[in-house]
Parts: sequence; C-alpha cells; structure tokens
Amino acid sequence: MTEHKSTYEPKSGFERWLDSRLPIVRFSADLMSFPTPRNLNYWYTFGGILAFCLVVQIVTGIVLAMHYDTSEAGAFISVQRGIMRDVNYGWLIRGIHANGASMFFLAVYLHILRGMYYGSYKAPREVLWWIGCVIYVLMMATAFMGYVLPWGQMSFWGAKVITNLLGAFPVVGNAITTLLWGGFSVGGPTLNRFFSLHYLLPFVIAGMVALHVWALHVPGNNNPTGVEVKSDHDTLPFHPYYTVKDLFAIMVFVILFAVVVFFIPDAFEKVDNNVVANALVTPAHIVPEWYLLPFYAILRAIPDKLSGVLALAGAIAMLFALPFLDQNKVKSMRYRPAARMYFFIWIVFCLILGWCGSQEPQGTVIPGGAGPVIIDYGINSVTWLARVSTAYYFAYFLIITPLLAMSEKTLPVPDALFMPVLSKSAAPAE
Amino acid sequence: MRREASSTGPWADSGAGSGTLSEVRTSEVSESVAKAGADGPDDAGRRDFLYLATGAVGVAGVAAVAWPLIDQLNPAADTLALASIEYDLTKVPLGSEVTIAWRKQPVFIRHRTPDEIARAVADDHAPMKDPATDASRVKPGHAEWLIILASCTHLGCVPTFKGGEYGGWACPCHGSVYDTSGRIRKGPAPKNLYLFPYTFLSDTKVKLG
Ligand code: HEM
Ligand code: FES
Repeated sequence: MTEHKSTYEPKSGFERWLDSRLPIVRFSADLMSFPTPRNLNYWYTFGGILAFCLVVQIVTGIVLAMHYDTSEAGAFISVQRGIMRDVNYGWLIRGIHANGASMFFLAVYLHILRGMYYGSYKAPREVLWWIGCVIYVLMMATAFMGYVLPWGQMSFWGAKVITNLLGAFPVVGNAITTLLWGGFSVGGPTLNRFFSLHYLLPFVIAGMVALHVWALHVPGNNNPTGVEVKSDHDTLPFHPYYTVKDLFAIMVFVILFAVVVFFIPDAFEKVDNNVVANALVTPAHIVPEWYLLPFYAILRAIPDKLSGVLALAGAIAMLFALPFLDQNKVKSMRYRPAARMYFFIWIVFCLILGWCGSQEPQGTVIPGGAGPVIIDYGINSVTWLARVSTAYYFAYFLIITPLLAMSEKTLPVPDALFMPVLSKSAAPAE
Repeated sequence: MRREASSTGPWADSGAGSGTLSEVRTSEVSESVAKAGADGPDDAGRRDFLYLATGAVGVAGVAAVAWPLIDQLNPAADTLALASIEYDLTKVPLGSEVTIAWRKQPVFIRHRTPDEIARAVADDHAPMKDPATDASRVKPGHAEWLIILASCTHLGCVPTFKGGEYGGWACPCHGSVYDTSGRIRKGPAPKNLYLFPYTFLSDTKVKLG
C-alpha cells in the first residue's frame, strides 16, 4: 500500500473554509476511510482495546489524583480511608484504575504476541514495532511508579528492590539510586517524584501512540497471511468495517473488565499492600505484579547481581532486536510450521517463568524433596526451573530464530491476500 | 570547516564567489549583508566560526540549565542534616536482635550467643564471595554485638533473623543467605551486610553515626 488518496470532499462552505486553514476534518475522515486488509481477525482488535485502556487509566487516574495525598505520612490514609471509604465512588474508581493496569497489560501482551506470530515486526514495519516496544517499556515504568503510590508494604519494598537494580552498575550505581530516592533509602521524596512522573508518563505514552498510528498508516496494516496488500480488492475502509469489529471486541473486553472490578476486585492485589509502608520490615514474600513476574524470575535465576540485572534488561532488549534476528521473508507463522512450534514453546516458557517469579526461589517444582544440589539449589527447585526457562527464552531469540530464518522450509504463501479469503470455504483449512 | 574549492559548483553564482555550504544555506539572510559589501572572501570562515561559537555557547547554556534540573533530585539539605543516635543495648537480650532506623536506613543490632560467635569464627577461612574475618566485623572486646546495615546487599530487602542454613539471616526477596557474622554465603547478593560507623559510649550504650 502506498499513498492513501484523500477521498474527503468538504460539504459546506464552512468545511471548505476550514479545510484550507486547518484540514482537521479531512484528517479524521482519512483516518476513517483508511484502507484496511479485509482479512483481519480478532487478534487485530487489541490495538483499539489498548487505546481504550489508556483513556480509562488517564480518566480514572486524574480523578484519583484529586483525592490523593502525596505526602509520606498521608498517602496510605488518603487511599485506604479517603478514596476507598469516604470519597463517593472512590472504591469504584480505584478498582477500575488498579485493575485497569492489569487489563492493560493483558491486552498489550496479546497485542505483542499477535505481532510476533504474524511477523508484523518485519520490513516495512520495523519502526512501528520499535515504537510499540518503547510504549511497552513506558507502560512498565508507569505501572511500577503507580504501584508505589498507595504506600503499602508491597509499594515500598517493590520500589526499593527495583530502584536498587540500578545500584548494580559499577562506579555510578550508588549515585544513581541516591539520585532516584532523593535520600538514603526509599522515602517521602521518592514518593513525591514518583507521583509526578506517574502523572506525566501516560501522556508521553499517548504521544507515542500517535507516532505508532502514524507509523502504522505509512505501510498500512499487516494481516494474518503476512502477504502485503496489492490492490483495492484486498482492503476495506476502516469505518464501518473495523470500527464496528473493534467496538464489539472492546465490549467483550469491558465485560471481562467489569467481572474483575465487581466480583474479584482484589484478585491481583497482595494483602500486604493494605499494611502501611514500614522501612524496617520486609514482607515475608515479596513479588511484583503479575505482568512483571517473568522478568523477575529471570533476574533471580542469575546468581550474580550485575549479570542478573543485565539479563533482565536483555530480556526486554530481545523484543527490540527481533527485526534483526528474524530475516525470513515469510512473515506469518501460518506458513512457518517450525517457527510456530518454537514460538508456542517460548510462550509456555514465558508462562513458566511467570510462575517461577511468583514462587520462593528455594521452593520445589514437583512436590517432595529439592533433589540433588547443583551449584547452589536442588535440581527440583524453582530456581533451576527458572534457569532452564531463561536459557530457552534467550535461545529462542538468539539461536533458534536466526537459524530458522535461514533454514526453515516454509509452506507456500498465497500470491494475494484476497484470494484465500474468497476461496476459504472451498479450500481446506490451513 | 568546510570550504568549497572553487566557484564552479552548482552554487557558484550565489553570494560572493567562494562560499561554504553554510553560507549558501543562509544566503537569503546574508544577501543584504552581501549587498552592503561586507561579505568579503574571508567572511565565510568568520561566519563558520560564529556558527560554531554560537553552538558551543548554546550547549554550555543547556548544560548549565540541565544540571540544576538533575541535581534537585539528590537528597535535600534537610535530608542530609542527620543527627547520630544513641541506643541502649540492655534492650536487646542475649540471642536476639533489634532492627532500628538510622538515617532512615534499617540497622541490625544483634546480641550474639557464644555459640553464634564460635560458628562465625570457625568459618573465617571458608570459601566466601566477600571474605572477611569475624573479628573485622565487630569492635574489639564487643564480639557479642554485631551492628550492621540491615539492607540486603542484593536489592535492599531486610533479611529475616536466624533464616538460612548458617543461622544468620536469609533474605526473603531472592534467597541470599548470610551467616552469624552477616557475611554473604549463598544467593545473589554480592557483598557482606555493610558495616557503618558507630562507637561504644559504654558497655551498654552505642552511638550510631
Ligand atoms: C498508562 C497508564 C497508567 C497505568 C498503567 C497506571 C497504573 C497504576 C497502578 C498499577 C497503580 C496502583 C494501583 C493500586 O494498587 O492502588 C496506580 C495508582 C495511581 N495512579 Fe495510575 N496508572 C496510569 C495512569 C494514571 C494517570 C494518567 C494518573 C493521573 C494523575 C494516575 C494517577 C494515579 C494515582 C493518584 C494513584 C494512587 C491511588 C491508588 O493507588 O489507587 N494514573 N496507577
Ligand atoms: S534483596 Fe536480598 S536477595 Fe535480593
């Protein structure tokens, strides 16, 4: 798809007047009529769902900020008593915001996996992919700082552990943590600056989303076949076809969201976070939010501090590197049976890493003894399972993907994407 | 500094003959100057110099503004103004420990039993990540008092008293294990629990800081 010709025609005198001064109506109309591949499935609705999530977080967040006290002494009370009990509907707004973060990450993970499966990171969409990776990192930073704000035990110790990660760097490490904390430990100054940044970053994300959509509209959408759009037969206008499809998906998502908010509002919450932050006592079992667990497991799997931190950063960097690592011209894994298999195994290992991150490092995997000790932990320990999984995580990106890109025998790819659509009922299932 | 070799290039007829690229880019602006006759052949070099000098001043200006914006993040004067504190050791029975705050950081004061001291001394020459003798971690004549920072040297959690196979501490966060001298014996932490300055005012009173 090359240039999308504008089909907008100003209807009234006013529209013509405005169009020659600020063509904003034309801009919106062109967004709506944007030619979109006709075969997008429901995995492609997560972009719209994510936009919805961002708006929900910003609206509920701004309301929470009206009742939130940023002081070290007042933060916990303002959330636990003020927002949760005294403010009208405060419990609801916080419930939506706190669980909204989980819903946001659920959507972003499915969105990223979609991109990996259909090869959406490949030319000509590398920049689009990288902007997406930046948004993901910003989301993690935002959620991490938001989690500190209720100033419970998990907030405090989560903040301490994560900021200490940067202390791992030789020479400058301690200067950086002191700079972040504004003191000798996490405390009031830290809370205040995290609030300031937690307010700011979502708007930076919104700006990045604008770039993301721009970068999407230059090459146009990828699609489940990975075959580029060749003619107008391949596309449909975004509105009404995909506006309606996206809205339907958002509605289903909202139902799930509502079930969480109204029936299991504390499903993702750690009870310890209802205890006010105490700098002298670490909770017996500290774990990050579920969406950070795999990275946490990778960090713990490595028995050396600096290497652990580098592995954690490297795990995220793999996503950025993916366009370089996979040079296979066939985009969609529909036509790459081997790549597909290794990809599914990778997803399983990510889930296992998530589980490992939620367990104690010396815990056992199969109930019973820890088994013979290798180096430091028993073979049946969570730590060793995390190590094996970490090894696969990196091997998938650094070894399997580049090798498959060169050697895999791919299935025949359709010439044009509208043919398989039209003949789908006649053709055998893929 | 770049200089076009001759006046036969595509820009030949702009300005005063031999000019630099930057001169060409700014030729519209400099036209009036040229007409006024101030644009001699040497002015090109002078203009490049002004270009760089302006840029350098701009960079210095940005740096001068950036530094206060970064340094404001560092601990403020009231945070730095930290008094030392005194602690009455009779509050810590033999075989137990207290965790107190000094400069907002958690500190362990552990009243070690002869058994725990013996265990620590016995391991003085065992292989360790951060080798240190037990004697080097206490004040002479006060071996029963181990006074150290309570932040795990991995990522800062407060380790649990008597946890782990060495009877010292175990960190609940990522499983670092310390012995009864606070030395790192297992797990991801790189260093022994840190020492910090303190003095015994009497046998039952210490001053931290
Ligand atoms: C990318 C979007 C955002 C994400 C992922 C996010 C995430 C979070 C998370 C995980 C928490 C902790 C929830 C809890 O356990 O209570 C939180 C709290 C908070 N957030 Fe956000 N947030 C976002 C946007 C915003 C915005 C735009 C504001 C506006 C100022 C805001 C204001 C707050 C406030 C005041 C709190 C503390 C009150 C509370 O804990 O409920 N957030 N955020
Ligand atoms: S903070 Fe103690 S082991 Fe990580």
